[in-house]
Amino acid sequence: MTAVVSRQLADELSRLGEFDAEACMNCGVCTAICPLGIDLLPRRLFRHVLLGLDERVRDEEEAVLSCLLCRACETSCPGGVHITENVRLLRRHLLEEAS
Amino acid sequence: MPLPVRDVAGILTDNLRLRGSVLPVSPRRATAWARDLELPRGGETVLYTGLMYQLVPYIERLVDLELRLGDSRLARLSRLARRANTVVNGAGLVAHPSATERAEYDRIPANVARLLQRAGVEFGYLYEDDLYSGALAYDLGADEVVAAHARRVAALLRRHGVREAITIDPHTTTMLRTVYPKLVDDFDVRVRSYLEVLAERGLPVEAPLSGEVVVHDSCVYARYEGVVEEPRVLLAAAGLTLLEPDHARDRTWCCGGPAESVYPAKAAAVAAERVAQLRAAGPDCVTMCPLCLINLRKAADDTLAVRDISDYLLEATGSSPS
Repeated sequence: MTAVVSRQLADELSRLGEFDAEACMNCGVCTAICPLGIDLLPRRLFRHVLLGLDERVRDEEEAVLSCLLCRACETSCPGGVHITENVRLLRRHLLEEAS
Repeated sequence: MPLPVRDVAGILTDNLRLRGSVLPVSPRRATAWARDLELPRGGETVLYTGLMYQLVPYIERLVDLELRLGDSRLARLSRLARRANTVVNGAGLVAHPSATERAEYDRIPANVARLLQRAGVEFGYLYEDDLYSGALAYDLGADEVVAAHARRVAALLRRHGVREAITIDPHTTTMLRTVYPKLVDDFDVRVRSYLEVLAERGLPVEAPLSGEVVVHDSCVYARYEGVVEEPRVLLAAAGLTLLEPDHARDRTWCCGGPAESVYPAKAAAVAAERVAQLRAAGPDCVTMCPLCLINLRKAADDTLAVRDISDYLLEATGSSPS
């Protein structure tokens, strides 16, 4: 698959709120600690956003929408990423037409 | 077929926009708990319930319906249901908890009001103007709808001359204290949980309790609002010995509740895991959030007794829980 890298999606999310996925170091603490055992959230998801892969993000709708927003990941994040707010903004992006 | 999350989210958001709550309940029902307490109307300090505890039995009825219909039948009905719901209060028509189920959760705001009275706090109540905060719609990212609702709540508080709102659950607390100031210009109402108010005042203990309880921290209290010590101070003052489970304080483990309205099976799996952690620490567990209370109770069956913190605290003041 050829990926066309684009800032458009990340810029759009930054317009919606304080989207700081760029601070993610891809270390994996978040996925190790997730009570739901979501292995995707948030590091790969954030990469998809930063690369502009909107289709990949939409393919992962269930992971984004089932996140508990419990902040277990955020409390342990060494990069201080606002993970739950990023996920909430992704929900806003995915559910735009629903609201 | 996947769950029709978009339509479910749309119905919840439409309800907040059209009816002031994600799950509309009549003001008479939502404020039934206050009927015999003779709380003054309004005032500079008010008890603001945000209806979370009162809504729990209605949410449970809807989740039961989702599970009975199954994903595929629900998917076929959901588009139609969303369209119909803009005209008719559909959720109100299908969610009918029994009087017993309603009473079990209406007890909690009554407990809190009586605790505050026992501690000598002067406060009023807004009755039909005690509105849902918009927490679930905000979690779904419906920011514009929630902002409009927040402005409506802020206007009501201003009209009543409210300077301090005492909240009774973590979700309403974080919405009013942390989210509303971002959505509403000049929102300057002081917002505190009743646990913070009581911890500052001191619990008037007249019938000290004994025994051990396992503390289940709410994610939102512990990680969003930093409310960790207050419940422990109050439970210890009540005479109880506190037991900490694996994953306690700001490392607490979610009850699964936030996923329940759209992914009930996932919510149940998380709740079962948390119940096992709590049960390993002891047989009696105390919660401080309506979603934790219902989700852990459902997962616990009879292996773990789950009670709201207000029950314990009120007993320690010498009063029977409501």
